[in-house]
Amino acid sequence: MATKEYSFYPGCSSQEGASSSNYLKSVNTMCEVLDIKLNTIPDWNCCSASIGYCGGGELPRLALSARNIALSEQHNAGQDIVATCAACWLATKETQERLEMDGDLMAETNQALSEAGLTLKNENKIRHMVEVLIEDLGYDELGKHVTKPLEGIKIAGYVGCQTNRPFGIEGESFENPKYLDKFIETMGAEPVEKYDKKVSCCGGALAFSEPEKSQALIKDIIEAAYDGGADMIVTPCPVCQMNVEVYQDKINAKYGTKFSIPVTYYSTLMSVAYGKSGKEAGLDGQIIPAKKLEDIAGK
Amino acid sequence: MSDEMKIGAYICNGCGLGERLDSGQLETTATRDGKAQVCQQHDFLCSEAGVKMIQDDIDNEGVNRVVIAACSRRAKTDAFNFENVSIHRANLREGVIWVRPDTDEMTETTQEMADDYIRMACAEAKFSKIPEKSGEQGINKNILIVGGGVAGMNAALEASKAGYPCTIVEKSAALGGATAQLYKKIPTKAPYADPEDTGVDEMIAAVEADSNITVHLNSTTTNISGAPGRFAADISAESGSTETRDFGAIVQASGFTPYDANQLPEFAYGKNKDVVTQMELEALAKEANGGAIKRPSDGKEVSSVLFIQCAGQRSKKEGHLEHCSGYCCSASIKQAMYFKDQNPAIDTTVLYTDLRTPGAGGENFYRSGQQKGVIFTKGIASEVVDGANPTVKFKDLILDEDNDLEVDMVVLATGMVPNSGQPTRAELTDMDSEDAEAEKAGEEVEIRVDVESILNLDYRQGKDVPHMANGFADSHFICFPYETQRTGIYTAGPTRRPMDSYQAREDAVGAAMRAISEAENAGLGRAAHPRVGDLSFPTFRKEGCTQCKRCTVECPFGAINEDEEGYPIYNESRCRRCGTCMGACPVRVISFENYSVDTVGQQLKNVDIPDEFDEKPRILVLACENDAYPALDMAAQNRLEYSAFARIIPVRCLGSTSLSWITDSLNSGFDGIVLMGCPSGDNYQCHFVKGSLMAQERMSKVGDTLETLNLEKERVQTFEISITDIHRVPQIINEMAETIEQIGMSPFKF
Amino acid sequence: MSDTNTSMVEKYRNNFLKEVEANVEEGEWVKMCMQCGVCSGSCPLGPHWDHPPQELFMMIRAGKRDEVLESTSMWMCTSCYNCIVRCPRELPITHIMHGLAHYATRLGIEPKNQPTRKFAQLFWDNLARNGRVNELKLGISLYFMNGIVEGIKTALGMAGIGMGMVKTKRMNPMEILGGHTVKDKKGFQAMIKKAQELEAARVDN
Ligand code: SF4
Ligand code: SF4
Ligand code: SF4
Repeated sequence: MATKEYSFYPGCSSQEGASSSNYLKSVNTMCEVLDIKLNTIPDWNCCSASIGYCGGGELPRLALSARNIALSEQHNAGQDIVATCAACWLATKETQERLEMDGDLMAETNQALSEAGLTLKNENKIRHMVEVLIEDLGYDELGKHVTKPLEGIKIAGYVGCQTNRPFGIEGESFENPKYLDKFIETMGAEPVEKYDKKVSCCGGALAFSEPEKSQALIKDIIEAAYDGGADMIVTPCPVCQMNVEVYQDKINAKYGTKFSIPVTYYSTLMSVAYGKSGKEAGLDGQIIPAKKLEDIAGK
Repeated sequence: MSDEMKIGAYICNGCGLGERLDSGQLETTATRDGKAQVCQQHDFLCSEAGVKMIQDDIDNEGVNRVVIAACSRRAKTDAFNFENVSIHRANLREGVIWVRPDTDEMTETTQEMADDYIRMACAEAKFSKIPEKSGEQGINKNILIVGGGVAGMNAALEASKAGYPCTIVEKSAALGGATAQLYKKIPTKAPYADPEDTGVDEMIAAVEADSNITVHLNSTTTNISGAPGRFAADISAESGSTETRDFGAIVQASGFTPYDANQLPEFAYGKNKDVVTQMELEALAKEANGGAIKRPSDGKEVSSVLFIQCAGQRSKKEGHLEHCSGYCCSASIKQAMYFKDQNPAIDTTVLYTDLRTPGAGGENFYRSGQQKGVIFTKGIASEVVDGANPTVKFKDLILDEDNDLEVDMVVLATGMVPNSGQPTRAELTDMDSEDAEAEKAGEEVEIRVDVESILNLDYRQGKDVPHMANGFADSHFICFPYETQRTGIYTAGPTRRPMDSYQAREDAVGAAMRAISEAENAGLGRAAHPRVGDLSFPTFRKEGCTQCKRCTVECPFGAINEDEEGYPIYNESRCRRCGTCMGACPVRVISFENYSVDTVGQQLKNVDIPDEFDEKPRILVLACENDAYPALDMAAQNRLEYSAFARIIPVRCLGSTSLSWITDSLNSGFDGIVLMGCPSGDNYQCHFVKGSLMAQERMSKVGDTLETLNLEKERVQTFEISITDIHRVPQIINEMAETIEQIGMSPFKF
Repeated sequence: MSDTNTSMVEKYRNNFLKEVEANVEEGEWVKMCMQCGVCSGSCPLGPHWDHPPQELFMMIRAGKRDEVLESTSMWMCTSCYNCIVRCPRELPITHIMHGLAHYATRLGIEPKNQPTRKFAQLFWDNLARNGRVNELKLGISLYFMNGIVEGIKTALGMAGIGMGMVKTKRMNPMEILGGHTVKDKKGFQAMIKKAQELEAARVDN
């Protein structure tokens, strides 16, 4: 297959020294194996995630994503925009949709963009990395590169909210999407069947502002993974990853649980299965080390 | 066909029967016990060759009673369909091998079962006659349509299109009914967004232009006698003239009367002129004709209006309607649009508890209302306070608080009261136990009613078709819409159940088609639903009749009148062949050619009853052919086992059960009896209305018999069975077997 | 605020509904709710809302302006989008929640001490300044958003997490000195300013 090229929107949390920098690391490793070239949008800005609404009204928020799309059009002309973060993907895609539907908003957005010397055509597709993997490559292709099948690991595929709703992945259901389980299977590991918190909310940004309420949600997500016999949890979303991984001690303290379950990205799994080192797979970014993956990567 | 009876028994060895049963033994049973003159086996009886074998015997050997020892009577009916003979089925597949385990120790009892079913089928054959025409038949293609609203008009247009001349009798001075009073109607076409023209004028024009349709305005039916195929109706005009016409079948589309809002003083109706009903609002809208609607009190243009849904409806309060009228939610949306479409600034609030918008476009219409800015508030109105502007007090059910709202005008969504005429004698006497007793005792009971009759039927049982829930003239609403409890008379539109004008129009098509098919059936002497095509009909031995009138009273279809002396007069084409009269007759003088006290009585007498000490009890199961018997068949298809001691006889309706069958079987040594009828009550499933209820009542008298015989009352039990009770039916039989094990065998074995 | 004294009668006029339709993001959808309650039942923090979405929609129609806009309810939205995909009427509920929160803020009547409100404002300020979010600064201001004493307590409580993040290089303490920003800060800020002006012109007149 020829090299596939995309215009890449990494997002704030993937930046160096930020909370999901390990995600970016593993994505880069994975893409290298799969011959995917990611052209980062120069000077991209924050999408305002789904929490910017207090200070940011509709138009300013749309302008944020519009600026990214316009930059992509300018520098990576004709390429689909790919995001790895659920919130980035969603905000950008939402912007595209709303501007498509509403001519007045589009005009005003362009007026604002012109202040930064940009114009928006709004023509390229906005996609999640997961879509690229499923639709442009396919499970077969993903499987072909496996050199170290992740045998003997049982994994709960935690899809979470924003990769799944409101857009989701074409052909998957909102209540029980299967693609993450298929990834897990393709990498040679065993997915937890009937993981009933698969698409439950981890609290998202409210993990900061409403820690107790969010941690109650997170507890259920982890508990269900343990109930399903999982050794680890895998997710496509940086917020999910962070929320589910980093609060386990606090939850243990509050609820008397003994949680210590690693939470990684699908791209981490794939990098390891593709025979890459723990470092290349971003395993050194785990606060709760993913021992079983480390073992395989170390072999 | 009066020539000699010749029984041919045909034993199938297919479907595993050959492996499980000793067919030689079966043949011996058929010829020796069953007295079959001809008996043949076939490896695949329902195959072309098998069927031909039977047909050859009919043609060449003169076989005229065909006993088929194979599968259930409900299977392979297309293959085993022979003309001019009677057909009897020994159910060896669903009734024997499929419900018994295939083990060596069970072979004996399984074979005994099969042998008994052959004896029973042969006995039935021996006592059956082949139905002959009564000579009562005659085709009359004219359809009488009572009511000239959209339902009546459409019934006429459709029937006429199919080539059946129609006569519409309309009480008022014009066609169009309630729909003609509307400004617009609820939309019937995509996108279901706006009110539509009623289309009544076009319909009236079409009716008037149709030479096949005769219209009598200002007229009513003052007497209808006869039966399907030969109804005679007196059509009387207001002016006093009456003409009598003959009809094959009747469609009753007599519509509804708006509920009387004067019964709602709490809503200030009658006190405050600006509190109106939906029908009254239609008049105001017609007057405005697209302009601003003005309120009645002072002619002010309405700037705010509130609709109270379910006014006097869906409530058990005295004087209220219990039912949902089904159209009024959509009607309020439509009427709110009368205002919004004219001026979007008018505040329109619909106060509802459950918004019900049936029909394909209902939900879209609701959305369209919302889109247009109609406010929907979930709440219950408690009072309308009279004033210059009416004030509605209500409880908001979402916000859980009491509120009130002052508006220019209040519209009450009052519902429909069906124009279904008078209750029947049975309905009246059911209500009043003294009368009920007298009626049952056969006395003449004076019927007191203050409702005018619509049809004025000259039926002993009452002047109108029987009513079901809330006074609607419906029948078995699950299986047979349009079908009333008076054969040949079909209801359409709101007289049958609540509906809007579009549904009424559609409804009329169904009723018209049923009327046509019944006119045709009557012409051929065939039964209507559910024993479609049955050619038999009840006859009685006058000499034996004691004029007790049980049959007249109990016939669910009013098929029986009485002559001056009190003898029953059967109206064959009104009869549905359920056999209720037969079961009712204490002196057993009523019978059908193919179903009688004997066809069943002889079956149970021909069951081989082993000696008391054999420890092989016998359980008689009388199973309704509409629900219980299919349930048993399906249990067999699922290979659910039941006791080898059961012998099952299908009956047309549990209401046809003769007490003599019970006494006879107890006397001949049966150890237990199970009766299986359909569920009774308001949501009854009985195809014949209340067969199982009547059977239960009759069985209450079995207690005496049991007592005289010194038998335990557990030996006779009645059950209500739905067609879906597949797992329950075998269980019931097995429980009876256990009961017998506990209380011991019957001592009456000779 | 001003109109707690509106009469019961006024409450059921649809003025507030019109205000919401005109001024709140996706507000024109509010009237389409059919009050089934699926959204409220699907919301992860549902039990913690004073008025779950369904009820807010009814309150809007009932004209309960202050009760709605001053409510902490819509600030409970985690943006999980569960309600959106389940609503049989396809209301963009999540966006309406955000829109109501923003509108209340714009009017200055939002619940000032609601923690998510504070966080959301910090987040916006952080990104509007630099074009990108600086997680560390955001985190620090977050810990101190309730005042210095509370902040130190929270910070200590979260220290374990912070250290874990630092050790795995997922949090960079040096960022406090500068960190992530867009290069074209000037253009970026001008764009935001323009967008805000355009929006204000639309909403406030
Ligand atoms: S249709 Fe609506 S208003 Fe009429 S009775 Fe039914 S629920 Fe009530
Ligand atoms: S799910 Fe939709 S229609 Fe139902 S209450 Fe919520 S917003 Fe209204
Ligand atoms: S998107 Fe917001 S309102 Fe909707 S269910 Fe999730 S948290 Fe609740």
